[in-house]
Amino acid sequence: MPLAHPVDSDSAWRLQPRAPERSTRPPVALGHVNPRRYTEGSLAQIEEQPIHRALGLTDWELQRICELLGREPNHFELAVFSLLWSEHCGYKHSALLLKKLPSTGERVLQGPGENAGVVDLGGDEAVAFKVESHNHPSAVEPFQGAATGVGGILRDIYAMGARPVALLDGLYFGQDDIQFENAVAGIGTYGNCVGVPNVGGATFFDSHYAGNCLVNAMCVGLLPREQLTSARASGIGSVVMFGATTGRDGIGGASVLASQELGEDDADKRPSVQVGDPFTGKKLIEVSIELIEKNLVESLQDCGAAGLASALSEMAASFGLDIHLDRVPLREADLEPWEIMVSESQERMVAAVTPSLVPAVKAVCERWELPCTEIGKITDTGVLRCFWKGEVVGDIQARFLTEDAPRYQLEFAPRPKQDPPLTPIAPPFRQALLELLGSDNIRDRAWVYERYDYIVGSRTVRRPGLDAGVIRLRPSLRGLALSLDGNGRIAWLDPRTGGAHAVLESARNVACAGGEPLAITNCLNFGNPEKPEMAWELNEAIEGMAETCVALGIPVVSGNVSLYNETDGQPIYPTPVVGCVGLVPDVRYVTDAWREDDVVLLAGEPQLSIAGSEYQALYDKVYGAPAEFDLEAEAALVRFLWKNNRFFSVAHDVAEGGLAVCLAECAIASGIGARVDLPADPVQLFGECGGLAVIACAREHVSQLEAGGVPLREIGTAGGDSLNGLPLGELTRAWRAEGVTPESAVRGT
Amino acid sequence: MTPERPKIAVVTFLGSLDDHDATWALAALDAEALLVWHAETELPQGTSAVVLPGGFSYGDYLRGGAIARFAPIMDAVTEFAAAGGLVLGICNGFQILCEAGLLPGVLIRNASLSFICRDVVLSVERTDTPFTSRCQQGQELRIPIKHGYGNFTGDDELLTELERKRQVVLRYHGDNPNGSASAIAGVVNEAGNVMGLMPHPEHAIDPLLGSPDGALILASLVDAARERRTALV
Repeated sequence: MPLAHPVDSDSAWRLQPRAPERSTRPPVALGHVNPRRYTEGSLAQIEEQPIHRALGLTDWELQRICELLGREPNHFELAVFSLLWSEHCGYKHSALLLKKLPSTGERVLQGPGENAGVVDLGGDEAVAFKVESHNHPSAVEPFQGAATGVGGILRDIYAMGARPVALLDGLYFGQDDIQFENAVAGIGTYGNCVGVPNVGGATFFDSHYAGNCLVNAMCVGLLPREQLTSARASGIGSVVMFGATTGRDGIGGASVLASQELGEDDADKRPSVQVGDPFTGKKLIEVSIELIEKNLVESLQDCGAAGLASALSEMAASFGLDIHLDRVPLREADLEPWEIMVSESQERMVAAVTPSLVPAVKAVCERWELPCTEIGKITDTGVLRCFWKGEVVGDIQARFLTEDAPRYQLEFAPRPKQDPPLTPIAPPFRQALLELLGSDNIRDRAWVYERYDYIVGSRTVRRPGLDAGVIRLRPSLRGLALSLDGNGRIAWLDPRTGGAHAVLESARNVACAGGEPLAITNCLNFGNPEKPEMAWELNEAIEGMAETCVALGIPVVSGNVSLYNETDGQPIYPTPVVGCVGLVPDVRYVTDAWREDDVVLLAGEPQLSIAGSEYQALYDKVYGAPAEFDLEAEAALVRFLWKNNRFFSVAHDVAEGGLAVCLAECAIASGIGARVDLPADPVQLFGECGGLAVIACAREHVSQLEAGGVPLREIGTAGGDSLNGLPLGELTRAWRAEGVTPESAVRGT
Repeated sequence: MTPERPKIAVVTFLGSLDDHDATWALAALDAEALLVWHAETELPQGTSAVVLPGGFSYGDYLRGGAIARFAPIMDAVTEFAAAGGLVLGICNGFQILCEAGLLPGVLIRNASLSFICRDVVLSVERTDTPFTSRCQQGQELRIPIKHGYGNFTGDDELLTELERKRQVVLRYHGDNPNGSASAIAGVVNEAGNVMGLMPHPEHAIDPLLGSPDGALILASLVDAARERRTALV
């Protein structure tokens, strides 16, 4: 059965291709096949299985490579193609869908396609940001997988010329177990050691992530506008590599790990996981920023997925490169050229440098005690040529690896929408509220974020815990509100709603903190796109995101796709994750707590549903159709929240747990109770999805609020030490999950 | 006439993270704060105080501060301290001072075995030091900690001596976050011119960023540095 077809309309495709075939055997790393002779070897001679299949390429793709090259590739070239044409690097299954996302806007200085998106903040300042997944490495080895996820996203930011100033992470795990602990420790170890504060994120537990956790890391960096740096070489010069030495770790990470499903033999994949060294990472940040500030490099590129192969093909795109792989500093002596080319050893950068400035670049590296080597030259041939001791080992037109990578049109199989759920029989209000507050996806996250340094840099105005983190753009009083959100449960019930919901939730969170949403970055965590139902999920979510972005007037400036998130055929919940960056005009007004006698209001009047809610997950099974959005009303709510923020003492949007939990969280955060009118209907009390926010302000400010079409309803007054008679102490204890399990009590200390 | 701004050297080791924050905080408190590179062998002319900042010097893969004590600049710092110069070590700086033998005791892994970042409350045990002159006896200060190895300890004899010689300057009040012996958060040497503390006063000088209480400690240091500078002139 044909699973996917390349697109005829793409100009790069002249031939009517055969239907691609996939290997039925589990993939093995190239190392297992051991192609010693990289310069020769007819592919047919490999006995076990054709080497291209072992590398994750289809027979059709091999044929296409032969056509492009006009000959058979040697093993070195095949290894390079297999990585650059992998889903992780080449987006071959997702590129056409991603084009549906709006990516332009007045403030956009750099949209998708570079290492990170860059948005103008005015006043000569700009912000670079991106979210990226490190799911499969984290599933195979949680500590290093998560740690190098942080290392990788940091490099993407400083490769743009920006100093990283904030991290956020999205963690989706089966449960709060040792795997999760190790991932948190990995993120902490890397982020804490490089001095970039972790100001927020999302932690979500559901059994659907048990075999295939998600670790999404987002980084935000600041740069003066004119310092914006490109990965692409801009003229003839030298290619300089600096940072860590190159070893065998992470070989085939992009193809073997990131672009295949996981299965029983995952222990064999451990050598594909990279090992991080945050100390070198810290030095690499400082060197990269110094090189850019001193104007010593023409372009900068990090060695991430697919290592040098990817970095060099990006860099060579408009010119060409001659690279001498025998000059690359090695960690182990006997690496073969193809291993050097594809190794994903961490903490390495390549730069294009004007030859006369090479000594100055070396001097900066030397001061920071980092190895720095000239490994080649930029040419005008358009060819990426690699040498080993003077002999050519690979000779590929750079565009074959990037622009000419296959683009498949996916076959979709829609899942019918389910009927709306019935309201389950649940315990009385008081019990339900306390149990929800202590549930895994709502309870206090301090035991996670207190493992991260969230204050280094002296910018953190609002710490992790509520809606969005806020950092100050010193020395001004402006700030950035940052959030990272995504709810796989809702996306599973209706992927289109899930895509929209992730955008709205992250934008609302930013707006609640007083930020005008400027742009978003997304990470699309989905199953195998070659299965039509998974492809449909991906397409629906992207379209849902696109519509919502248009309604809110915010572009998607960067992102990452993580497909094949399945273990032994069991897919994860489709999980679109969105990071939003918002501009706060004055950080002195950032809300934190309601005060005695403040008026408590509800903003918005959306449809709510218990489908996909935490309430449903706790008391029933997850099913039904989530409430539909009125995108115009949603956009109005987001506008209302940031435009009126200076009047609010608290603004907190209704999310997991619904209105009841939202009010309780406001009371707990404020240390002050409230008396409010609550609806009796469980759907109104605990339902989720639609845009609804609790705000509080002084009585005299109520008349100054500019509703802008948003329904506002006064529901009560803040004050006292209980929420409608439920003592604050009891709510807080439930939320801190104190005394629930001995384990959580230990972690809380 | 505005008083002269004393020159305070903040050392950047490879892997220092709070060096710029410390410089920024000291400058805000009216000191002339200078970053000094770890490979230097001398402190800048006219230095009135030295701050060893937080971070993970040289990655701290072996033990916090174990490599940094061998940095070329540390000979100059040791000499400066021996001559009565003011030295403040914050977090990793405290670990370095302990490793270098400029302060007693050691900092071992937190009792919880994990890194902790949170505000803690400290009580001021002494106000007659150059680092706490602006505080009140028994005053409670809210200042953040962020460390994995901040559990101060020593043998019984050392701990008894520290109490007898009144070398404990700051103690955790209420919650002891890392299991430190006698809830010790900051100590001085016998001469009283070298202090180390695990909490980060440089991250608590602005209410917008959490708390202003750390400014009391750093401003005390700036006062003392200014006096020494004046005395030298």
